[in-house]
Amino acid sequence: MKKKMIKGAAMILEALEKEKVELIFGFPGGAVLPLYNQLYDAPIKHLLVRHEQAAVHAADGYARVTGKPGVVFATSGPGATNLVTGIANAYMDSVPLVLITGQVAKSFIGTDAFQEADITGITLPVTKHNYLVRNIEELPSILSEAFYIASTGRRGPVLIDVPKDVFDQEAPFEYSVECSITGYNPTYEGHAGQISRAVKAIRDAKKPVIFGGGGLIRSEASEALRELAERARIPVILSLMGLGAYPGEGELFLGMPGMHGSVTANYALTEADLIIAAGVRFDDRVTGKLDSFASNAKIIHIDIDPAEIGKNVTIDVPIVGDVKLVLEELLRKLRPGSTAKWLQQIEAWQNAYPMPAGSPDRSDLLKPQYVIRELSRLSERDAIVATDVGQHQMWAAQHFIVNGPRNFITSGGLGTMGYGFPAAIGAKLAAPGKRVICITGDGSFQMNIQELATAVHNNIDLTIAVINNNYLGMVRQWQEIFYEKRYSHTSMEGSPDFVKIAEAFGAKGLRAATDREATEAIKQAFGEHGPFLIDFTVDPEENVYPMVAPNHPINDILIGGERI
Amino acid sequence: MKHVLAVIVENKPGALTRVSGLFSRRGFNIENIAVGETITPGISRMTITVEGDEKLIEQVIKQLHKLINVIKVNNLSSEPSVMRELMLIKVKAEVGNRSDIQQIVETFRGKVVDVSPDSMVIEVTGDEGKMEAIKMLLEHFGILEIVRTGKVALLRGPKVTREN
Repeated sequence: MKKKMIKGAAMILEALEKEKVELIFGFPGGAVLPLYNQLYDAPIKHLLVRHEQAAVHAADGYARVTGKPGVVFATSGPGATNLVTGIANAYMDSVPLVLITGQVAKSFIGTDAFQEADITGITLPVTKHNYLVRNIEELPSILSEAFYIASTGRRGPVLIDVPKDVFDQEAPFEYSVECSITGYNPTYEGHAGQISRAVKAIRDAKKPVIFGGGGLIRSEASEALRELAERARIPVILSLMGLGAYPGEGELFLGMPGMHGSVTANYALTEADLIIAAGVRFDDRVTGKLDSFASNAKIIHIDIDPAEIGKNVTIDVPIVGDVKLVLEELLRKLRPGSTAKWLQQIEAWQNAYPMPAGSPDRSDLLKPQYVIRELSRLSERDAIVATDVGQHQMWAAQHFIVNGPRNFITSGGLGTMGYGFPAAIGAKLAAPGKRVICITGDGSFQMNIQELATAVHNNIDLTIAVINNNYLGMVRQWQEIFYEKRYSHTSMEGSPDFVKIAEAFGAKGLRAATDREATEAIKQAFGEHGPFLIDFTVDPEENVYPMVAPNHPINDILIGGERI
Repeated sequence: MKHVLAVIVENKPGALTRVSGLFSRRGFNIENIAVGETITPGISRMTITVEGDEKLIEQVIKQLHKLINVIKVNNLSSEPSVMRELMLIKVKAEVGNRSDIQQIVETFRGKVVDVSPDSMVIEVTGDEGKMEAIKMLLEHFGILEIVRTGKVALLRGPKVTREN
């Protein structure tokens, strides 16, 4: 029997259906006309954004909430290059994405044709893998491989560049969701010998801490983590990417470590005799000065990516594998040690150094920390928070109580301003039943402010909390502390009236400049439908503390300009 | 220390760029690289010489493994192996000194592969030390041009570095 021939564009949509993709984020253009034509009467949903960068960020937010790959369509040339920041962002934070870009027709490739860009070349260093489809026959296997690579092992973005003529060519279509790739075999089960060594190290430890990251969330390891912490009575520290993997209200939770981490988390890492690192990569924002990081500790490092083990810090017990599977295996053999004395020490630190609520200076002004705490309190600690990048991001990480995995969506590795708002849109589409709050700054928000149109048009229920200090606050903070207050180009003077902007797009908005106004505005926003913006006019010179200066030991901590 | 890595890759478009791009963006220095087919169709072998300590080489190998097109990586410097490079050298040669050059070439078991009234092209294979030695001796006559293939290497004994 002769196999049915179908067009390239149809193959793509059929593959998406087989991969159970429900939503595409995208923006059309010349080279993807045949693909969008196919989409016109396809059952799959598509979210039209206003800039391709927002499509990737929204797909990224969607992927972080669902755990499934986010799918993006964009056209050739500028459509494709506009994706690059979003792809790099997803790559740094190990977010599964499948991106399909149009390319000029095969015969035009290499001729500097209209809207031609070598997007596979450009994205080579920021994708887990990418493909330029050279003939229609290879398209089905490329699609299947792309989904497999993006969503297994250490997850990441995979891009497929499809020349315009390939969308229209026909070939037989056979698709298998399962696939095997010679050079790609992630290790999931941890090495039994290393796990035994870890068990022994945990039994012998007097001052152990668990230090977990985004890998816990990607591998759905929250339950295993909780059991380990509670059975062995080991306190838990979570990186920015790991927030929510252990409840923010959990009794053993010490907060985030590093540059703007809690004093207790940094002291605990410094004093610990054992660190159980799970799904973290010892980023410089966490370790501070490397040679003084955790110098008293033996380190167990569990990660699915062997290249992360020993990359930044020396590891005593390396365990390559899926964090969840390894933790579960560890739990089967666990022999708890005695940590009571250590927990007393930790409690003493927690009592001595609570997270600072805001500087006592300019106390008549609205403090950003207050805003975040109110957002946390009034959402009953059960919301998805998507943040942008800067001071507000750190305040959100410090003061919003994140109780569940996939509830804190933030650009960790790349630190992409403009990420938060489109990511919040993606998050809401991923979890329609949950409250979603975008915590952003006046600087970050303006980097993707055009997506108000997307949010309004699609009636996305979303609270947009603009922490407005009229500065690029984090840069200003560094200029204040390290550059003698020379505020070079960090004033956001000239920014629009965000409430009016929201209204012009058809969204609702309110301004709040006092504690009372802030609380009232949040209550009102939470009762509304559609996108609702609150412009919080906050103390313009409030700083994020605690702070560890870059490349300083993490127990060398500043609070309010004083070394503690 | 110098390490010679045998990297078995799928011969897919862009595979070489992926490998060389990895070295530059991670700040690893490639000293030389040689690429060629293997006995398996669709599979190529790269021989990469890279300078660095054990920790760096470990990271290089792990990062190479992460590339989807890379099937296997073997550090040939950690085991006994045969390493060779081919070099072509064009030297100034007049009738008067041709036999002197010839003598040097024979000593190094090289070959004269081209002769013109003013020049000779010499082919020599060997390890790095041999290359440097013959180069130094021929400098005296005037070296016009040199081309080198980069090092290739195989493990000694029956053990192989293959895709499976």
